[in-house]
Amino acid sequence: MTREVLNVRRLLCPLPVIRTQDKVKQMHPGDQLEVICTDPGVMQDIPAWCRINGHKVLESSSGDHEYIILLEVGS
Amino acid sequence: MKQQRKAIALISGGLDSMLAAKTIMEQGIHVEGINFFTGFCVEGHTHAIREKDKAKPKRNNSLWVAEQLGIKLHIVDVIEEYKKVLINPKHGYGANMNPCLDCKIFMVNKAKQWLVENNFDFIITGEVIGQRPMSQRKWTMPIISEQSGADDLLLRPLCALNLPATLPEREGWIDREKLHSITGRSRKPQISMAKQFGFDEYSQPAGGCCFLTDKYYSAKLVDLWKARDSRDYELDDVMLLKVGRHIRPKPHFKMIVAREEGEGRFMQGYKRDYISMYCTSHTGPLVLLDGSPSAEDLYLAASITARYGQGRDAEQVDMAIMEKDGSERTIKVKPLAGEKLPEEWVI
Repeated sequence: MTREVLNVRRLLCPLPVIRTQDKVKQMHPGDQLEVICTDPGVMQDIPAWCRINGHKVLESSSGDHEYIILLEVGS
Repeated sequence: MKQQRKAIALISGGLDSMLAAKTIMEQGIHVEGINFFTGFCVEGHTHAIREKDKAKPKRNNSLWVAEQLGIKLHIVDVIEEYKKVLINPKHGYGANMNPCLDCKIFMVNKAKQWLVENNFDFIITGEVIGQRPMSQRKWTMPIISEQSGADDLLLRPLCALNLPATLPEREGWIDREKLHSITGRSRKPQISMAKQFGFDEYSQPAGGCCFLTDKYYSAKLVDLWKARDSRDYELDDVMLLKVGRHIRPKPHFKMIVAREEGEGRFMQGYKRDYISMYCTSHTGPLVLLDGSPSAEDLYLAASITARYGQGRDAEQVDMAIMEKDGSERTIKVKPLAGEKLPEEWVI
């Protein structure tokens, strides 16, 4: 299991979702990805994307105009 | 055993593509969605930026639709490839800078490529004959099918009965009798169908799902091309056309004036790419300068910027000017007087 960080600060949705999607394609089931964003829209969009594509949001947090989502890649 | 057929549905986030996908899913076809991001899509962007829109939901409608349908959604970044569609559309523009017909051909072509790569069987769109003045007409339907290369793999479930049978219908993968014959701009058939499917919430953007159909946005894009003497753009240009007041006091430079705190915060991220200014003696907006302003131009820009702050009636205000390298200086400036800016400056 690996854990990676994806910096998508300044990008507006759906670009953070697209970058997450493209990154996850290169990862394996069970791997974790921490996505760091500045668009509050990700708090809806990335969990929605995870739900429809079989991935799992492990944690999400926000503060100082940043939003961080930790997800686990599904099979 | 009967082969499980698979369709890829173009999902815009609106009602029609949602109904088209659902119609085909009801026939036992495995459907997945595809959505193309051109950079001009009307989604949560400006809502995410502007404080005044904070109460609005920031969801991405295409993702939301996919979730309602229970299908996978593939969002594809086509920003670079889309430039050639917008810059030189074979079929021209609509009322504004919207190259709708070329855009549809482009997207169906991309869906066809995806279909081949992923071993799917056919493509679904939510097109309805007569729904849109440029791209959804009886005569445009065969043009889209042919010029996209999708040919009879392209099925429009909402108006299929008004069109020749496609391969999925002829082969019996789906029952043509269960498709629809909607035409025209009325939304009643779609609303009724949504009710039958149990969809009580859906998005129906009045101007479609593209900023290029907006006359003010289009004017700003044309201005950008004219000022740069080049019909080209980067994603940052496209994003910045969505925020702030755009003022061009002289042909060689433009001001982008934040209208409120959210826009100002968003524009902060561009301070290394543009000269910026803000008032230090009074509360006022952040302003980005695009182009190559001279020292005299900077003074003019500062006096215009001062009009938009609390110091608009002051004799003089302090204005900080930050260069792209981060160096900063402050000048004293008298706010530009007069009731209104010259009309020709406002884009």
